[in-house]
Amino acid sequence: MDLKINELSKTYGHQKAVDNISFEVRSGEIVGFLGPNGAGKTTTMKMLTQYLSPDKGSIWYGNSRNQDNIDIRRHIGYLPEHNPLYEEMPVLDYLAFCAALQGVSKSDIPARIREMVKKCGLDEEKHKKIGELSKGYRQRVGLAQAIIHNPKILILDEPTTGLDPNQIVEIRELIKDLGKEKTVILSTHILSEVEATCDRILIINKGKIVADGTVGNLRKQTESRQITYVKIDGASPDELHRLLSSIPGVNVVDLINKEENRWEVQSTSEDALNRAIFRLCVKNNLELLEMTPMETKLEDIFRDLTLN
Amino acid sequence: MKNTISIIAWRELNSFFDSLMAYILIIAFLGFSGFFTWIYGADVFIRKEADLAVFFSIAKWTLFFFIPAITMRMIAEEKKTGTIEILLTKAVTPRQLVIGKYMACMLLILITLAFTIPYYFSISKLGNIDHGATISGYLGLLLMSSAYVAIGLFASSITNNQIVAFLLSLLIGIVFHFILDVLSSGSRGFIGSLLNDLSVSKHFDSISRGVLDTKDVLFFGSLTLLGLFLSEIFVSKSK
Repeated sequence: MDLKINELSKTYGHQKAVDNISFEVRSGEIVGFLGPNGAGKTTTMKMLTQYLSPDKGSIWYGNSRNQDNIDIRRHIGYLPEHNPLYEEMPVLDYLAFCAALQGVSKSDIPARIREMVKKCGLDEEKHKKIGELSKGYRQRVGLAQAIIHNPKILILDEPTTGLDPNQIVEIRELIKDLGKEKTVILSTHILSEVEATCDRILIINKGKIVADGTVGNLRKQTESRQITYVKIDGASPDELHRLLSSIPGVNVVDLINKEENRWEVQSTSEDALNRAIFRLCVKNNLELLEMTPMETKLEDIFRDLTLN
Repeated sequence: MKNTISIIAWRELNSFFDSLMAYILIIAFLGFSGFFTWIYGADVFIRKEADLAVFFSIAKWTLFFFIPAITMRMIAEEKKTGTIEILLTKAVTPRQLVIGKYMACMLLILITLAFTIPYYFSISKLGNIDHGATISGYLGLLLMSSAYVAIGLFASSITNNQIVAFLLSLLIGIVFHFILDVLSSGSRGFIGSLLNDLSVSKHFDSISRGVLDTKDVLFFGSLTLLGLFLSEIFVSKSK
């Protein structure tokens, strides 16, 4: 089921939490929702799950446009931000309860629960009460309740918070697997997570979408900036700093490792930075020991787009 | 629609029993009502009348305090922990949520009252019991409970603090139970009769005397509907 969001806005008091955003997510696509805290990620997700009603704009679930509709909610799986759970309920009872509410037929419920327990790795803890579980397991229960009814749309608000690195990898694999046939939107502020799991990134800042594209595309957008790590012998650091800064277009020269004499050089010029550095070394009789052109990191893109 | 309500009601009822709330309520209720009906004060043996009037008037007070204790967490806690978001983003409407919780509370009260049926059999052995008055007495308790449960759910729906919900529903209960009663005996004419008509204790007393008047049923029925309706509005508004 495709999702189409049209000019969606939501205002709290005087603050525009979500400001006229539009985007589409196709079935089989995993979209990462990225943005600083308070950018409007959670508010958007709450509107997509019909928990909040938008002030303006529309959301299309497949071919039906609806603000508040039970039949559509049956096709949505949602893991809310703080993963609220009924502490006093045993894991299995809770999953049965969620499945029943989402209209899974009584005869299918045991099989669905068994599958969820296996998929989300809940086997050892399945008889415990939810309140007795560690944070990682609670997160798995939250994920299990979101997908137990096999929804077509999956909305996950920070699905990997509180998990240890092994669990993060497992859950990412699970999400990737689910994303093959579902429409998945997940929010996070862990950038490597987006790179690892998502087909597309939406960066949202102050309620507006500031970037929309694949990781590769976003890189290209900011590729006008070149970053190169170099290691040069034959001159004092001060001298080197002066020489490197003199290259046209270079705006950042930074000694990142004193012992190894390793420098970071950034340039906004369109001329190849590595050639310029090489010529500089030849001209000044310096020994160029190492030169590593760096790809723009997602972190830099993110900072660029959200800091101003 | 119906199914969703029963799923929610069933979960709530289970959680009453899981959290010991149900056992405490049943034991305390039987303790209080049993003590005053059989052992202490103007009990059955002193009155020398084979009826359950003593029990009904004690039960009225016990439920008056117990119902806010059952209902206080129903919605307030869901709001506080955020689980209401889980429910309302599933195929559940605010109305189904409120009715489901109402049903769970009423079922718990029904179970509690069912434990007092032996009182009825014991007394019917002692003398010639008025069956009609007994049945209408139980009916009165259920109708009154229904109104208080709805009021309690309303109180629980406007806050996410259980204590506030408890005190508020007790306060509304006191207004309907005493204040209107006191005021109505002090005023005359239209206002007096209006206040009298709004008093819970007047309606309850009239039912428990064995007079089942449609007016009383309508009174408790509309109070219930009003409470549930307001709860639904506040649950939707909290979205």
